[in-house]
Amino acid sequence: MWILLLVPFVGLLWVPFYNSLEPALFGFPFFYWYQLAWVPLSSLLIWLVYRSRAPDEAP
Amino acid sequence: MADRIDWIALAIFLFFFALVTVMGFFAARWKSGPVGAHLDQWGLGGRQFGTWITWFLLGGDFYTAYTVIAVPALVYAVGAYGFFALPYTIIVYPFVFAVMPLLWTTAHAHGYVTAADVVHGTYNSRGLEFAIAITGIVATMPYIALQLIGMGVVIKAMGLTGELPIVAAFIILALYTYSSGLRAPALIAFVKDIMIYIVVLVAVVVVPAKLGGYGAVFAAANEAFTVKGGDTGLILKPSQMLAYATLALGSALAAFMYPHTLTGIFASKSADTIRKNAVLLPAYTLLLGLIALLGYMAYAAHIKVSSPNDVVPVLFKVLFPSWFAGFAFSAIAIGALVPAAVMSIGAANLFTRNVWKSYIDPGISHAGEAAVAKIASLIVKLGALAFTLLLPTQYALDLQLLGGLWILQIFPALVFGLFTRWFRAEGLLLGWAAGILWGSWTAWSNGLKPLASISLGEGHYTFYVGLGALVLNVAVAAIGTVVLSRVSPDRRHSLTAPS
Repeated sequence: MWILLLVPFVGLLWVPFYNSLEPALFGFPFFYWYQLAWVPLSSLLIWLVYRSRAPDEAP
Repeated sequence: MADRIDWIALAIFLFFFALVTVMGFFAARWKSGPVGAHLDQWGLGGRQFGTWITWFLLGGDFYTAYTVIAVPALVYAVGAYGFFALPYTIIVYPFVFAVMPLLWTTAHAHGYVTAADVVHGTYNSRGLEFAIAITGIVATMPYIALQLIGMGVVIKAMGLTGELPIVAAFIILALYTYSSGLRAPALIAFVKDIMIYIVVLVAVVVVPAKLGGYGAVFAAANEAFTVKGGDTGLILKPSQMLAYATLALGSALAAFMYPHTLTGIFASKSADTIRKNAVLLPAYTLLLGLIALLGYMAYAAHIKVSSPNDVVPVLFKVLFPSWFAGFAFSAIAIGALVPAAVMSIGAANLFTRNVWKSYIDPGISHAGEAAVAKIASLIVKLGALAFTLLLPTQYALDLQLLGGLWILQIFPALVFGLFTRWFRAEGLLLGWAAGILWGSWTAWSNGLKPLASISLGEGHYTFYVGLGALVLNVAVAAIGTVVLSRVSPDRRHSLTAPS
C-alpha cells in the first residue's frame, strides 16, 4: 500500500503530461483543474495507506 | 495606491487585532501547564496538541500571510510558472505522512525539542548539531521579515503610512509570545484560519461572478500574457517544465525542515495526530490554489499595479465594500502573526537547546531553558523587525530564497538517520557544507535567481538550485562516509538505540 504515496509525485512531477489548455473544465484550462484535482486525490491515497497500516502499539 | 485612510476597514482591522491580542495573552492559561517551568511548555505548548489544534496550527503556520500576497503576485507577473506552489503543497503530504511520525516518535521518546536535538542524538556530533541549529536560525530570520512585509502591504492598503503601525503590531506580538509561548499562535490560528477560509471562499465565488466567470478570468489573463510576451502564459514554456517540477519537489522536501513547521510536528500529541493531519492538511492546498487564481482575476478586473505584491489588496479594495476589505486585510495581517510567532519560537528553541545549552550552560535547568528561550524569541523578532525597517524589501526576498536552499541541506542529516545508520556525521557535515556553498554561490552568480542551468550534449536544462545542491550534498556525504569508513572503521556511538 505504501507505494500509493508515490503516485502523487508521478502525477505532478511529470509536467509534460498536463501542460496543456485542453480539455478545459468549467472554464479552467487542463493545467489548472488537473493539478487542483490532485489535492483531494492525494488526500484519498494517503487515507487509504493510513487505513491499511497496523495501528501504533498502545503507549 | 490611495493615501486616504479607509476608516471602516481600519476599524474592523483594529477590532480583530484587539481580539487576537487578548487571546494571545489569555493563551498562557489555555490547556494550562506552567509555561515558565519547562521548555516543553513554552516552546511546544506541552506536547499535547490533538488533531484539530495541530491542523489549525500547522495550516496557519505553513500557509503564511506572505503566501496570500506573494503567490497571486507571482501568478499575476508570470502566469503558470507561479503555480508551482500547488504541486509543491500537494506532494509535501505523502512525505509528511511517511517521515514525520518517525521523527515525532524519536523526539518524543528522548524529549527532543528541535531538529538539531534529533541529529545530535542520532550521530553524537556537536559539529553536525551546530550546523543544523545555525541553518535553522539563519533561514528563519528572513522568513519572519517576509511576514512583516506581508502585514505592511495590507496596512498600507488601508491608507496608513509610516512604520509606526507595524512596529506597534510587532511589539504586541512579541509580548504575548513571550508570555504564552506556542499556545498563543495555536489559539490565534483558529481565528486566523477561519477568517482566511471565509475571505477566500467569498472571493472565489463573488469575484468571478462579477467578472463574467472563470472562463473570462482565464481569457483576460491569456490576453495580457500574449501582450506581455517572454516566459509568461497560461501554460509553461517547454524550457520551464523541469524548473517547475524541481522547484515543486525541492520546496516540498524543504518545507518540513524549517523550525516553525517542525515545532508544529513536535508539539503534537501523537504520531497518529500527524498522520491524520497529512490526510486533512491538503484542504489548505485547495485554498492556496484558489488564492493563486486571484492573480488572474486582477487582469479580468483591469487592475494595474506598480508592484505585484499590491495585487491582492487592490483587488479586494476595488471589488468589495470597505467592511469586507477590512475583514480580508485583518485576516491577512493576523495570518502574518501566527507564523511569525511560531518561527520565532522555533528559532528560540534551537538557540536554547543547541547553542546555549550545548556551549554556554550545559547544566541548565528546565526553567532556565524556558527563560533563555523567551528572551531569545524577543531578540529574534527584534532582529527581523530591524531587518524589515532598515534594509530594502528585496534583501528579505533574496535571503528568503537562499534560506529555502539552505534549510533543504539539513535534509540528509535529519531524515536519513530515521531509516539508516550507515552515514557518518563527518560525511553529512561535509555534504551539508558542499550543498550550502555550491548552492549559495550558484544562486549568487545567477543574480539571486533560484534556477541553475547545465548543458548536456544538445540539451540545455534549467532546474532549481536547491535540489541540485541537495544531490551534491548527498553525493558528498556518501563519498565522505565511504572514505571515512576505510580510514577509521570505528565510529562514535550514537546516543539513541537504532529504531
